[in-house]
Amino acid sequence: MRHHFIAILTMLLTACAATFSSAFEIEDHAIFGDDKSEQRLRILSTADIEFFAPMISSYLSATPEIQIDYTVASSTEVMRAIYDEGASFDLVISSAMDLQTKLANDGYALTHVPSSLPSLPDWAVWNDMVFAFTQEPAAVVISKADFAGHPVPSTRQELIAALRRDPERFYGRIGTYDVRNSGLGYLFATQDARTSETYWRLTEVMGALDAQLYCCSSDMIDDVESGKLAIAYNVLGSYAAGRGETDRLETVLLSDFTTVMLRTVLIPRTTDQPELATAFIDHMLDRTYGNGPTPLQNASPDISITDAALHRIRLGPGLLVFLDQFKSRSFLSEWESAILQ
Amino acid sequence: MSEPVAQGSLRRNLTVMLLLGAVGLALLVYFIVQSVAREIAQESQDNVLAASAISILDSARVVEGEITIDFPYASLSMLDTVTNERVFYAIRRDGRFLTGYEDLPLPTEPATAATQFASDTFLGEPIRIATARRGLSSDAGASTLEVSVAQTLSGMTQTLARISRISMFVGGGFFLLAALLAVLISRATIRPLDRLAASVARRGPKDLRPVAAPIPMEMVPLVRSLNNFMSRLQRSLSRSEEFIAEAAHRVRTPLAIVRTKAEITLRRVEKQENREAIRDMIRAIDESSRTAGQLLDHAMVTFRADHLLDEDVDLAALTQDTIESLRPVSELKEMEITAEIRGTPHLRGDAILLQNALRNVLDNAIKYTPAGSTLSVTLHETDDQAVVTVQDNGPGFPKDDIDGLRYRFARGGNAAGTIGSGLGLTIVEDVVTAHGGRLTLSNTEGSGACVTISLPS
Amino acid sequence: MRFLLIEDNSELAEAVVDRLTLDGHVVDHAPTLAVAADFASVTSYDLILLDIMLPDGDGRSFLKRQRNHKDGTPVIVLTARSEVSDRVGMLDSGADDFMVKPIDFAELEARCRAVLRRRGGKSTNRITLGDLTFDSLSGTLHTPQGEAQLRPRELRLFEILVNAPGQIFSKGALVDRLFSYDEEVSENAIEVYIGRLRRHLVSSRAEIVTVRGLGYKLDAQ
Repeated sequence: MRHHFIAILTMLLTACAATFSSAFEIEDHAIFGDDKSEQRLRILSTADIEFFAPMISSYLSATPEIQIDYTVASSTEVMRAIYDEGASFDLVISSAMDLQTKLANDGYALTHVPSSLPSLPDWAVWNDMVFAFTQEPAAVVISKADFAGHPVPSTRQELIAALRRDPERFYGRIGTYDVRNSGLGYLFATQDARTSETYWRLTEVMGALDAQLYCCSSDMIDDVESGKLAIAYNVLGSYAAGRGETDRLETVLLSDFTTVMLRTVLIPRTTDQPELATAFIDHMLDRTYGNGPTPLQNASPDISITDAALHRIRLGPGLLVFLDQFKSRSFLSEWESAILQ
Repeated sequence: MSEPVAQGSLRRNLTVMLLLGAVGLALLVYFIVQSVAREIAQESQDNVLAASAISILDSARVVEGEITIDFPYASLSMLDTVTNERVFYAIRRDGRFLTGYEDLPLPTEPATAATQFASDTFLGEPIRIATARRGLSSDAGASTLEVSVAQTLSGMTQTLARISRISMFVGGGFFLLAALLAVLISRATIRPLDRLAASVARRGPKDLRPVAAPIPMEMVPLVRSLNNFMSRLQRSLSRSEEFIAEAAHRVRTPLAIVRTKAEITLRRVEKQENREAIRDMIRAIDESSRTAGQLLDHAMVTFRADHLLDEDVDLAALTQDTIESLRPVSELKEMEITAEIRGTPHLRGDAILLQNALRNVLDNAIKYTPAGSTLSVTLHETDDQAVVTVQDNGPGFPKDDIDGLRYRFARGGNAAGTIGSGLGLTIVEDVVTAHGGRLTLSNTEGSGACVTISLPS
Repeated sequence: MRFLLIEDNSELAEAVVDRLTLDGHVVDHAPTLAVAADFASVTSYDLILLDIMLPDGDGRSFLKRQRNHKDGTPVIVLTARSEVSDRVGMLDSGADDFMVKPIDFAELEARCRAVLRRRGGKSTNRITLGDLTFDSLSGTLHTPQGEAQLRPRELRLFEILVNAPGQIFSKGALVDRLFSYDEEVSENAIEVYIGRLRRHLVSSRAEIVTVRGLGYKLDAQ
C-alpha cells in the first residue's frame, strides 16, 4: 500500500511551529498523498503516525488526489489548540474521550450524520459529533520473569493478593500513570474508581510499594521489558500488543473488569474542508464497523474477554464530571493520598 | 301530479352536523392530548434536570473552610440516558461563579420555588435550565450555593414530534369513529321516517286507513295530520264515488225502461212513419245513455289516473280479454276482429284503466266503421315499449283535423248519424298519458283509421 | 230459452220481461235476492240476468252463493253503475258477462249466445226440422247436401224463421232484429240475407217462401 502515497515524515518541531504559527506544542507531523493538491485534509491527532498511517493509506488508495496533513500532539495540547487557540483543523482525533466530549458539548464540533451503516453501534456515536473508531482496553503488563512459578493474577483481587504476599519482590517495581500529568491515565483512573472500590485498595497497595509514576504507556512497557518494572497497571493494551510476540512480557486483561477506551474523531468548527472531513469519517466508520477489517493494528480488544467484564467508557456528559475543577481537585487529592505515602 | 320541491336533506344535514361536531371534538382531543402530553414531557424533563441540580447541590460540603463539591458521575450522565444531549452547568456561590459554564444564563425571575426552570438559548442551541439553591454555613458565615443544570432539547424535540404524531392518530382515530357513528346515527334517526314513507307509498290508491304502526314521538304531529288528511280524503272520495254510481243509476234506469218499452212498441207498430219515429227515439236514447256512460267513465278515469295504481299488467291477456268481450257486439255488425299478439309485454299501471282505454278504442272502431269491416288489433314489443295498434278498413279519420278528435266532445265529421259522444278518445288519451305513453291517430294508405297506443314497458 | 231476471225496479223488469217474451223466451222475474234464490232452487234456467244493486243485498253475494252451490247456470250481470270499476270485479266474482243498462236486446241476444257457446252448449240448442238439423249456438246447418256454417246475420235470421216454421215475418220485423238501431238500412237489405239462406237450402225440401206484401216464412214440407 505504501506505494500509493508519498509519505513525508518530518520530525521538525520548528518547521511545524512555522507552518501553523501556533502556540500549542506538537510532537510530530507528516504529509500523505499528493502534496501539490489543493484538497488538503488537516488532521490533529493524539495517535502516533505509525498507528494511524494504515487508515490514511487505505483512504488514499481510493482517492489519491488529496493531501492529508497529519499533526500529532498530546491530548492536552490538542484541547488547547482547539478550545483556547481556535486553531484550524479538519479532523480532531483523540484518545481523551472526556476532552473530545467537552469539545463537542461546548460547541466546538460540527454535526455529521454518517452515511447509512446498519452495523454502526449506538455507543460509537455521540450527538452526531463524536465518532469512536477503536476500542482499546486498559491492560496489566507483567514481566514473565517475575511471575515464573507464580500464578498470573487475573483479577484486581488476585493482583492485590500477589502484591501483599510478596512485597519485597515488587517494592519499587510497579508502574502506573501519573494521573496528574496524563489525560489518558486520569480517564482510566476515574473510570476505574467509578466502576469499583477495589481500585482504591489497589492504588493504596501500589502506593505502599512505592509505585513508579509514568507519563506514557510506552515508557512503562519499555521498563517492564527491560526488567526495571515487574508490573505496569493500566497500560494501553494496543501499545502492549504492538510489541509483538515477546517472552519477557505478558499482557493481561483483568476479568473482574477491564476499562475500554474509545478513540474518537470529530470535525472541529474551524474546518474549511467539511466535505473532505465527513468523507474521511465515513471511510473510517465504514472500515471499522462495515466493510472491515480495520487497517489499524490492535484497535479492538481480545475477544476472549467476556462482554460483562468489558467496561466500555460511555461517551456522554458524564465524562464532563471529572473535568470539573472541584471534582478533579477532590479526586486528585484522594489519589495522591493513596499513591504518595 | 307535481313533484314535491326538495330543499336539503334531513339525513345529510344531520350527518354534516354530526361530522362537524366530530371534527370539532377530534381537534379538541388532538389539542388536549398534545398539550397534556407536552406538559407531562416538559415536567419529566424538568424533574430530571432538578434531580441533577439537587444531586450536585447535595454533594457540596465545607471542609476546613474550603468548599468541596464532589458531585456524582450520574448527576450529569443521567441527562444523557435516552437521547444524546449536550449538558451545561454552572455553580455559583452568592452569585459569584465557582465552576462550570460561566455564561450559562441566570434565572431571570426572583427565586420563589425551591427549583426554578427556564427555557433559553446557550451556544446557539435552545436549552432548558433548572436552578436549585441551598444555604451553606461555614465559619465565614452563611452563604447560598446555586446550581444550574441545562440540557439541549433534542430528546424533547423527538418526544414532542412523537406526541404530535400520537395525538394526530388519536384525533384522527376519534374522528373516524365519530364519523362512523354520525353516519349510523343519522341513518337510524331517519329510519322511522323512511319506514313511514315506505309504508304510505306501498299502499294502493284506495288504502286510506290511518297509519297505525308505532312511530317516534317527534313524528306524532306529522302522522296525526297525515291521518287526519287521509280520513278527510277518504270521506270525500267515497262521497264522490257514491255520487258517480248513484248518478249513473239514476240516469240509466229510466233510460233502460224507455228504451225497452220503445223496442216493444216498435214490434207492434206497422205504419212506416211511426216505425221510423220510434227508431229515432231509440237512437236518441242510446246516444244519451252512451254520453252519460262516457261522462261517468271520464270522471272515474280522471280520479283513478290521479292515484294511479302501480301493479303488474299483462298487456297480452288484457288485450285478448277486451277483444273477446266486444266480439258479440262486433258480430252484430258482421265485423271481424283479428288479433295478432307477439310477445308477452308487461307493464306497471292500472289494468282497469288500460282495459277501459282499449275498450273505448275498439268500441269507437266498431261504431264508426260500416258493417262487414275488419278490425285488426296487433300488439308487439320494442326495446322499451309495448305498442297496440287498432286498424280498421273503414273511411278513416277526417283528414283535416285528426288531432282535434282527442279533445272532449269532438267527433269525426263523417260519423254523422252514429251514436257517440266523442269523449271516447279523450278517455283513451287521459289513460295513456297517465301511464307515460303516447296516443297516435292516423289514416292508412287507401282507407282505414289507425289508432296506435305506445306504452313504456 | 228460460231466463231468470233479478231486478228490483218493477217497471224496468216488466218491460224487459215483455220484450224477451216477444222473442219467444220464458222469463221469471225476481225483485229480490231472496225470491231469486227460491226460483233458482226449483227451476232450471238457461240464463240468469242479474242486477247488482238490490234491496236485500249486493248481486255479487248472490253470484258467490250460486257458484258455491255448484250451480252452473250462466249469469249476465246488468248494471247501471259506472262500468270502469265494476266490470273487472264482476267478472272476477264469477259472472259470465256484463252489460250496462239500458240493454240493447240484440246485443243481449248475442252475448247470451256467446256465453252459452263458451259453456259448451246443450242439446236443446239443436233443432231438427224435416231434413234439416240446425245448431243455433255453433251456427251449423246440416242439409242433405252437407254441413254449412252460417254467418252471424244469416244465423240470426234463420233462427227467427226456424223457431216458428210457417209463421210470416214482415221485412220490418226482421230488420229490427237483425240490424242495430244506429245503422241506416232499408227494408230491402233483408233480401240479401234471405237470398243467402235460400242458397244453403237448395238441396233441402224446406224452403223460405216469399209471401207477397207480407213477408217471409219457412216452409218445412
